[in-house]
Amino acid sequence: MGKILELHDLKREFRMGTEIVRALKGVSFEVTTGEFVTIMGSSGSGKTTLLNLLGCLDKPTSGVYQLDGVDISKLSRDELARLRNRKIGFVFQSYNLLARTSALENVELPLFYNSGLTAHDRKERAVKALEAVKLAERLDHMPNQLSGGQQQRVAIARALVNEPVMILADEATGNLDTRTSYEIMALLQELNQAGKTIVFVTHEPDIAAFSSRTVMLRDGKVIRDSKNENVRSARQALSELPVADDY
Amino acid sequence: MNFFNLIRIALRALQRNKLRAFLTMLGIIIGVGAVIAMVAIGQGSKQSIQDQLSSMGSNMITIRPNSNTSVGGGARLDATSLQTLKLDDIKAIEQQAKYITAVSPQVSGKGQAINGALNWPTSIQGVSPSYLDIRDWPLKEGVAFGDNDVKAATKVCLIGQTVVENLFSGGENPVGKTIRFNKIPFKIIGVLSEKGENAFGQDQDDIILAPYTTVQKRILAIPYIQNIFASAIDESSSTLATEEVSQILRTAHKLKTGDDDDFTVRTQAELINTFSSTSQLLTVLLAAIAGISLVVGGIGIMNIMYVSVTERTKEIGLRMSIGARGIDILLQFLIEAILISITGGLIGIALGITASKLITVFLSWPTLVSESSIVLSFIVCTVTGVFFGYYPAVKASRLDPIEALRYE
Ligand SMILES: Nc1ncnc2c1ncn2[C@@H]1O[C@H](COP(=O)(O)OP(=O)(O)OP(=O)(O)O)[C@@H](O)[C@H]1O
Ligand SMILES: [Mg+2]
Repeated sequence: MGKILELHDLKREFRMGTEIVRALKGVSFEVTTGEFVTIMGSSGSGKTTLLNLLGCLDKPTSGVYQLDGVDISKLSRDELARLRNRKIGFVFQSYNLLARTSALENVELPLFYNSGLTAHDRKERAVKALEAVKLAERLDHMPNQLSGGQQQRVAIARALVNEPVMILADEATGNLDTRTSYEIMALLQELNQAGKTIVFVTHEPDIAAFSSRTVMLRDGKVIRDSKNENVRSARQALSELPVADDY
Repeated sequence: MNFFNLIRIALRALQRNKLRAFLTMLGIIIGVGAVIAMVAIGQGSKQSIQDQLSSMGSNMITIRPNSNTSVGGGARLDATSLQTLKLDDIKAIEQQAKYITAVSPQVSGKGQAINGALNWPTSIQGVSPSYLDIRDWPLKEGVAFGDNDVKAATKVCLIGQTVVENLFSGGENPVGKTIRFNKIPFKIIGVLSEKGENAFGQDQDDIILAPYTTVQKRILAIPYIQNIFASAIDESSSTLATEEVSQILRTAHKLKTGDDDDFTVRTQAELINTFSSTSQLLTVLLAAIAGISLVVGGIGIMNIMYVSVTERTKEIGLRMSIGARGIDILLQFLIEAILISITGGLIGIALGITASKLITVFLSWPTLVSESSIVLSFIVCTVTGVFFGYYPAVKASRLDPIEALRYE
């Protein structure tokens, strides 16, 4: 399998007045297509900063980042936008759905920035994406008529709709209870099995157990990078949860 | 991102905030409505002044005495007491002018008209028989006085409708009756048809016409005449007629080259132009005031668009993270602003037209909605939308996606 992500000595510094904050102090690793990577680390260790770089929302201060063989530091703002639209699907901790906009329209949103599509194509793809996250019955619901887990699934559908090669999630389960978190993880595992590369940022070790690899950050540096030999199945974990949880 | 998608996105954003969109539009609606209604009032009054002036007879030429400063010097006199126009002037014009078909002197005096127990303050005008032709003023009843009446200075008169109404009770035929004007008895031989108000709001029917000789001798006791009215052969030759009359009068008054005229010759066309330009100024002033409210409306759009950009920072961040380019965001907000201003403009145009109609119906002011004012205000409000929407839209498009996403 080819390398989808290649990071060489990636650094990101923020200038705060006279002070320089070094959020990433030289990060290097590679991700193979089809991997499910979790990035872990304590608060302030640079996880979000790293994910923003991976998602082409930000450029490194120094170092090389290649996405699908393309060095992103050479791309313009507009080319980065196009890359985000076609190759990357973002899932955020706070869902970031547009208020007073139906689930279907929210999912359609990335397709509006993909000019090759007709209105019919857009709708068909959005419906398919919502079916994939098992929300086919909620097409016309507004975000405030959906539960947290359902909103996150809409967000995942939105990330999927343009058929990206990679899904980036920043604490996507951070706002959800255990059961709903597991449901989301089960969904991501299914997508991963279908071939999508996933990079998932989390605090929680039990969530990391669902991925095939864990990269541990501390203080802007990778301190551990390990394969996960026995990946837990989120489906199974879900069925093992005590039923008494919901009353 | 194609154009229809952008419009759809902008429409959805506006739908999500209908009340705000409407309130923002209100500035433009009122602005455009005001421009259209104000211009309609200005144009309407201009039109009606023109109509009224040309109804006075568009070939008419008026000659008035003028204080001649280069000759006399000293105290200037009120125009009616200037004595520069004489009956000889009339004769000279009648004999020499080629472009004049009719000419009549005019002398006028105010006084009390009495018929039995009824009395009415009015004015009497002494003219020659051709005056009725010059003014294009037919009789309703009876006959006009003739040259014999002028020669003999007979005490006959024609009266206007207003005088009829005030001196005769309903149904009574005034022709043949005798009224007194300033105690002098006048026999009524005809009644003038109704002419209504003139451009200055004066009632043209509040009048008594008599031979000028009679008015000069019996009422005013003056040998000179106050005004001369003449008729050019047609409207197009009125300027030539004016020059001709001026020349004749200068010779008759023995003015040397370099002396100022001691009279003023005016065509009806000139009078129309004078009043047109006054009401043109009025139109411009009204439009300017209304235009200011359009600018205020534009600033309202700008304000709301800035608020909207700030409020939707997170949405902008999200759109950028899923692939919107700077230009997509810029166009989204710009189109929103333009949609607000265009919709406001269309409603404003409808409002302006309705307001103009209502003003005519309820205030009976003449209004004239011109196409150019509609087109112009529509263009102006579109430009307003682009102009005032541009800066907020640029601000939105330049946001950093990460910071925008993080914005609370
Ligand atoms: N825009 C910025 N300006 C200045 N400093 C920043 C900025 N973004 C991040 N930092 C700093 O970089 C470091 C890493 O931040 P980052 O958000 O990547 O941490 P994190 O691992 O995601 O933490 P958390 O688990 O709390 O989300 C922190 O010290 C933070 O203060
Ligand atoms: Mg973080």
